[in-house]
Amino acid sequence: MADVIELNHVDKVYTTGDISTQVLFDVNLAFEQGSFNSIIGQSGSGKSTLMNIIGTLDRPTKGEVIVDGRTTARMKKNELARLRNQTIGFVFQFHYLLPEFTAYENVLMPYWINDTKPPNKVRLRAEKLLDLVGLSKVKNNLATKMSGGQQQRTAIARSLINNPKIILADEPTGNLDSESSENIYRLFRDINKRLGTTFVIVTHNRKIAEETDRIVEIRDGKIFTDIRR
Amino acid sequence: MISLKIAFRFLRSSRGQTILVIAGIAVGVAVQVFVGSLIGSLQTSLVDATVGRSSHVTVVPADGSPTIGGWGAMVTKIRGVDAVKTVSVAADSAAFIDKSGRTASVVVRGFVFEDANGIYRLDEALYEGSLPQTSMRVLVGKELKNDLNLRLSDTFDVITANASRFTVTIVGFYDLKVASLNRAWILANLPTSQSIFGFGNNVTSIETQVKEVFKADKVAVDIEAAISNSSVKVLDWKTQNQQLLSGLQGQSISSYMIQLFVLVSVVIAIASVLAIKVVQKSRQLGILKAMGISDRAASMVFLFEGLFLGIGGAIGGVLLGLFLLYGFSIGTANPDGTSLITIHIDYAFIVASGLVAILAATFAAVLPARRSSRLSPIEVIRSG
Repeated sequence: MADVIELNHVDKVYTTGDISTQVLFDVNLAFEQGSFNSIIGQSGSGKSTLMNIIGTLDRPTKGEVIVDGRTTARMKKNELARLRNQTIGFVFQFHYLLPEFTAYENVLMPYWINDTKPPNKVRLRAEKLLDLVGLSKVKNNLATKMSGGQQQRTAIARSLINNPKIILADEPTGNLDSESSENIYRLFRDINKRLGTTFVIVTHNRKIAEETDRIVEIRDGKIFTDIRR
Repeated sequence: MISLKIAFRFLRSSRGQTILVIAGIAVGVAVQVFVGSLIGSLQTSLVDATVGRSSHVTVVPADGSPTIGGWGAMVTKIRGVDAVKTVSVAADSAAFIDKSGRTASVVVRGFVFEDANGIYRLDEALYEGSLPQTSMRVLVGKELKNDLNLRLSDTFDVITANASRFTVTIVGFYDLKVASLNRAWILANLPTSQSIFGFGNNVTSIETQVKEVFKADKVAVDIEAAISNSSVKVLDWKTQNQQLLSGLQGQSISSYMIQLFVLVSVVIAIASVLAIKVVQKSRQLGILKAMGISDRAASMVFLFEGLFLGIGGAIGGVLLGLFLLYGFSIGTANPDGTSLITIHIDYAFIVASGLVAILAATFAAVLPARRSSRLSPIEVIRSG
């Protein structure tokens, strides 16, 4: 399978005033289309920064990021926004739903960004995704009227609405109980198999990482181990 | 459009804040509508009272000559000036009247009544009797009637400066709503006045009303050019009422100042609320940007919020302003029920006030919109 994400010689340096802190050092990494991967590391190891760079939310100080065959270095902000919207689905640790909208509307949001009048096909897809994550009954609840687990599952459904090639999940179960966490990983795996979506999951939980097909461990901003199973 | 949808939802989700801001704008617009309309009405009433029943541009004999001859041709030329509404000639002179030994100083005015009606609305002012149709018939004002206890068909003598005496008959009484005029003017037809004072076929003035009172000075220049006659001179009300004009101007300036400050406070209020909103909603904006909303669309959210707040405030403010005007005219009515100031509703002004508020609200949203546009998703995501 072709690589859907490619990082070549990526450095990331944060500069605050006179102080520069290098977070990533010459990272070379590629993920195949349809693979199920995890990135692990201690907090402060640089794994979230790596994730943000893969997701084009942050730019590398040096090096090249290629997403779905497109070099992102010279892309303008709006081009990157379009790339994210069409190619990448995000699941964040703190859910990040829009509290002003219902679960169903939150799921449709990435589609709405391009077209606020989705065809029936897309609306049905949103309903199906909510069904897939077991939220059909609460789809009309505002985000604030749902439990943490429900919100996280809504965020997962949302990340899938535009049929992205890649799902980036940053500590997606970081603040969930172990049962909810397991359910969510099962769901990820299921989606990966059924839709062939590439998953990159950032976690500090080695047990969860061991469920994935490939574990990339980051230590002090460098790739420490890269284990494929 | 996604920005529209989000803006609307943001406003709806913080309903209390939205209502407060709209109320704030509405009060501003209401003050603007109320103060602007009140001062406008006051000015209209004042101008109407001052020049409504008088000549705006008057042609009088040039120095040295007591009367105007050949006025027929001049009237035709003046009527040809586009901005002129009505033209009426008058043959006036001061005189004394003598009613059974009681005397009064008056001005006898000779009119062609059909023409004079256009200026003095005599048919409205006439409250008893009828307009003089024949010679030596006159109208007397309300105050003079009361002073001399006059009745219809009474006669009295008019004594001219050269001591000629003519007996005239009263055929009607008028009320021009100005006591000094009611007391001073004796109105007759043109031939009566001409024969009493020996003017022959001449008149003493050509009076006009123009379509736009505040352009009277310009119309006067046009009239002067049209008649092009050195035996007469052209006067306009503006030149003769400089004090009133500067008073009106001062009033307008103070009204504009009030409106300007109201506008500034509306802009500041909206800008500050929206600036806080950008901070409040930065989490939502961050995630929207991560999901691929463009910077432009993110900034449009706040422009739309400004626009919605402006529209809400403008509608509310116009209604509140009209209600205040209504309340004012009821609350300050005279004991007989007539209002103290006749309120003229200037729809163009009210629509303009509303539009200005909408524009100001949208303008106030520009800075918050720019902040929203610049917000980076990574800042939000990194801060959790």
